[in-house]
Amino acid sequence: MKDEMNRGYPNPIAKQDVVTLAHGNGGKFSAELIERFMLPRFANEHLNRLEDQATLAISSGRIAFSTDSYVVSPIFFPGGDIGDLAVNGTVNDVAMSGARPLYLSLALIIEEGLPFVDLERILDSIQKAARLAGVAIVTGDTKVVERGSCDKIFINTSGIGILADNIRLGADRIQAGDKIIISGTLADHGMTILTTRNKLSFENSLQSDTAPLADLVQTMLSAAPNIHALRDPTRGGVAMTLNEFAQQTGLGFALEEAALPINDSVRGACEILGIDPLYVANEGKLIAVVRAQEADSLLTAMRNHPLGQQAAIIGEVNAETSKLVTLTTLLGATRVVDIPVAEQLPRIC
Amino acid sequence: MKYLSEFRDPSLAKALLAEIHTTVTRPWTLMEVCGGQTHAIVRSGIDQLLPSSLHLVHGPGCPVCVTPISFIDKAINLAARPEIILTTFGDMMRVPGSIGNLLEAKSRGNDVRMVYSVLEAISLAQENPHSQIVFFGVGFETTAPGNAMAILQAQRLGLDNFSILACHVLVPPALRALLDNKENKVDGYLAAGNVCTIMGLEEYQEIVDDYKVPIVATGLEPVDILAGILDAVRQLEKGEYRLENEYKRSVTPTGNLHARKIIDQIFRRCDRNWRGIGVLSQSGLAIRDQFAAFDAEHKFQPQAAEETDNGCMAGQVLQGLLKPPSCPFFGNRCKPEHPLGATMVSGEGACAAYYKYHRLTT
Repeated sequence: MKDEMNRGYPNPIAKQDVVTLAHGNGGKFSAELIERFMLPRFANEHLNRLEDQATLAISSGRIAFSTDSYVVSPIFFPGGDIGDLAVNGTVNDVAMSGARPLYLSLALIIEEGLPFVDLERILDSIQKAARLAGVAIVTGDTKVVERGSCDKIFINTSGIGILADNIRLGADRIQAGDKIIISGTLADHGMTILTTRNKLSFENSLQSDTAPLADLVQTMLSAAPNIHALRDPTRGGVAMTLNEFAQQTGLGFALEEAALPINDSVRGACEILGIDPLYVANEGKLIAVVRAQEADSLLTAMRNHPLGQQAAIIGEVNAETSKLVTLTTLLGATRVVDIPVAEQLPRIC
Repeated sequence: MKYLSEFRDPSLAKALLAEIHTTVTRPWTLMEVCGGQTHAIVRSGIDQLLPSSLHLVHGPGCPVCVTPISFIDKAINLAARPEIILTTFGDMMRVPGSIGNLLEAKSRGNDVRMVYSVLEAISLAQENPHSQIVFFGVGFETTAPGNAMAILQAQRLGLDNFSILACHVLVPPALRALLDNKENKVDGYLAAGNVCTIMGLEEYQEIVDDYKVPIVATGLEPVDILAGILDAVRQLEKGEYRLENEYKRSVTPTGNLHARKIIDQIFRRCDRNWRGIGVLSQSGLAIRDQFAAFDAEHKFQPQAAEETDNGCMAGQVLQGLLKPPSCPFFGNRCKPEHPLGATMVSGEGACAAYYKYHRLTT
């Protein structure tokens, strides 16, 4: 084995500890990558067949299908890494339909030179996250690109979930008078990435909230089967998600500043950098829009779930401020929460 | 959160608002000098809660907004040189010059990097000995000491690949220019507490004496701002004019003497062109000749074309003569995604504040 790996690889140190272009060329090294790293972690009846595709039996109901690509930098950050992010992100997109996510595809694009220890750490975390979310990785692909063609590793996952015919969630069901609920604190993931990327150290370290929300969603649907809409406020944060709802429904979405749950350390980092937590990404939170009569029982059910302990009603839908998201400030004034134009950039002073 | 939540305390703020309402009997116009104050006012909605006869107009204290187009062009031209890594604070990135902005320069492949502190630029210089690191250093008296320290540090470290494209401006000369303008209708001023923290209050006392207007050194949180407003209107209602300090937890009469000394050591006062306003005498800071090795203008002689007029009325906004929603271009020809001027994209720009938070009422 060792001799084989030497062939064509002039750098004897690099060959054993890092991913090389040969690992992506479809030959022996690719097979080794799959056998050594993938199968031991992700083995299941579908994947083990090593066909070009997985064939999945479908029970009754409908399929929810979603895809997302993950290019986060840095690839390791407090609270998670690109691996669990790639599982949880797609699991959550599928789960927001009310579906139970069951299957994932996993495609890796790796920059040559990625240390095996890093790859293994990422794959371990994918394995753990998939197990926690109850999804099987049933098909996959690995490509290796030249140094500089990608940043260490990019991951694409697609997810399939099954949902019962009677579950219909969507912006089209939102009505004036509905309550807006968030499942927990705002901005943890985005502020963690921002401060880690720039090596800013804060007294209370921040932590990403990356987590699979499928189980929370099932708990919520049991408590309030008529939830109108669910969405996870990732890129662009709560502000973007609610602005999307506002555009799609033509209704107004009014928030209460005092009701927004935000960790002190996140609030502090946002203050120092001049960043509004409403616009910062979350990776383990969801927004639910629900009839006012069901809001309290739903909130109770959410707070009894480990991923919803800090859930809060943060506002309500109205017919007056059409297509706008507004915020009642701590002082009692009202302002607009606009669609973010571009990434927030820290201010000078 | 300690030192933050108490200055946003709704009950404290409401008590101050009630006091302002009982104090004000006549129309008054106050100017908050600092763009950070402008954003805090609009973001918390203070302007909606004041008596209708009390008007707030927004001042020139947005460093990004007043940085002349020529400097942004110089920064873009420096970034285009292959040997240069141009570093800057984030909110400079989207400000339009006459040849685009720094974000576009970055997309074209120029090495433009956003930093959070000038010390990051120093580290970059140490890590990249074969590149020239230029820090685009703009700002009022608040950012000048940090940049001055960076030059001293670079000198100590013997770095020959670090320099600053410095465009610092000073508040008091701008205040005097506003007060000299016959169109100016401002009755009292809320001075920027962060600037006074560095520079102290002496220069402001001179302005109060010369122009007989109340000035209140004011912080940047809602409760601070309301306390500053109350102090100013109390004086105005009694026909008085004094310098007051409503930001005592940070501002002392003499300011930060160490910071002031370092500013004087590295910089000299110079005439400076303020974007949209024009050249104000002795209103800027330039790097002293003895530190010319760290002055990117001296070192690289970057070029900038003559400034042209695109109709932007930000100069009027920055002098408190025009409210953003009254500008004919606000929200149509000029939006954050295609700004005519810096006030629409800066984190402290008045137009950005109104566009972002205030379209319900405008």
